[in-house]
Amino acid sequence: MNAFQATLLVAGKDLRMELRSKDSLNAAIAFSMAMLVLFSFAFDADAEQAREIAGGLLWLIFTFAGTLLLNRSFARELPNDCLEALLASPLPAAGILFGKAVSNAVLLLAVELICLPVFGIFYNIAWTRQWLPLLAVLILATWGMSVIGTVFSALTVHLQLREVMLPVLVYPVLIPSLLAAILLSAHLIGGQPLNGDTYAWLRLLVGFDVIFTLLTGAVASKVLVG
Amino acid sequence: MRQKFILLALLIAAVMFSWNLYRIFLVLPDDAEQGAIYRVLFFHVPALWAGMLAFFVAFVGSIGYLVKKELHYDYLSVANVEVGLVFSIIGTVMGMIWARPVWGIWWTWDARLTSMFICILLYLAYILLRRAISEPRQRAQFCAIFSIFAFVDIPIVWYSIRWWRTQHPQPIVGEPGAIDPAMKSVLYTNLIPMVCLVAALVAIRMYQEETQFTLDRLRRRVNAAE
Repeated sequence: MNAFQATLLVAGKDLRMELRSKDSLNAAIAFSMAMLVLFSFAFDADAEQAREIAGGLLWLIFTFAGTLLLNRSFARELPNDCLEALLASPLPAAGILFGKAVSNAVLLLAVELICLPVFGIFYNIAWTRQWLPLLAVLILATWGMSVIGTVFSALTVHLQLREVMLPVLVYPVLIPSLLAAILLSAHLIGGQPLNGDTYAWLRLLVGFDVIFTLLTGAVASKVLVG
Repeated sequence: MRQKFILLALLIAAVMFSWNLYRIFLVLPDDAEQGAIYRVLFFHVPALWAGMLAFFVAFVGSIGYLVKKELHYDYLSVANVEVGLVFSIIGTVMGMIWARPVWGIWWTWDARLTSMFICILLYLAYILLRRAISEPRQRAQFCAIFSIFAFVDIPIVWYSIRWWRTQHPQPIVGEPGAIDPAMKSVLYTNLIPMVCLVAALVAIRMYQEETQFTLDRLRRRVNAAE
């Protein structure tokens, strides 16, 4: 079985497990909604201000919600030694990691796509004017978060302080991608099309994803065998 | 051998720092625009360069560990990360001391300062991860992977000054005529003692790691014998 088939297999398994139990998904959605409400009190913004802070607000929520999902990614394999079984299987290490990254990205994207309309209603913002580039930004930034988060989730799965360590490791690495996502999202939610300056940030986002995806592929066997 | 290396490195550092301090404070005149405060730059720039060099060596050491699986590479990495972190913080604080009278502010969120701050956060996370894992081989492997991920951030730090137009002074080193030759000479020659100091501290820190490993092994043997 090649790495691509293994990726699809592991992603399918993880998504099936999550959709049957909905443990992390429900928690992430409930958390995001609570944050949306809290932020509305914290900033008390009118429509114009809300558009300006939209990028930062949304990506803070997505990042925190993402950590909830990512923490469970490998931790759910711990009972009954499922992780050992997964490692002992003939699946290539890169397939396992990318499979989990894909499943995390899909789940996080689902949370984001639920949050956006709710955000639009709560804050009275028409966010759909540049929906296609916005979707591209969401996918790119979410993939970066998922692929890095999955690697670090694997590194921290055996630690006692797992839930604490994951954000400490993931957030600093994610900052360049998050900055790009925040800026681009605010720009696009404001209804402005991509232009010269924002393309530079988009390039940063794409470059970030490419570099870390390749890096993950390169170190995959070291991450999981350890 | 190691002691001789440390002594030699410290000796070079002491002699050259003394000579450079004499030149910085007694030979070079005040800057026409900035006055006396520009002298901080003779330590700010070399400290950051030395810190970056240490992070690069840590990155090489991390790859070395993943390839060879020898703990000496791990000692090299951790020693360089810790020393590099100290020098980065020193360099950044000196930059802030320079910025206060020249820019009128301690800190600004421009790309280069932000990237440097992210860099410091990354290597702090490395140290936290190291403390969370007790098994030496697993610790070495996971920290090596994290160090490689963290180092990918460094090019963003290094080139961000060219990627974004920022408040930070454009790079003046390397452009002919932009800096007075006498000042340039001091700036470059201050890098040598700074690197010697880093090398000596790294050698001492590596020795501590080796001793710690030997102690742990003896302790385990004693516990097993009881």
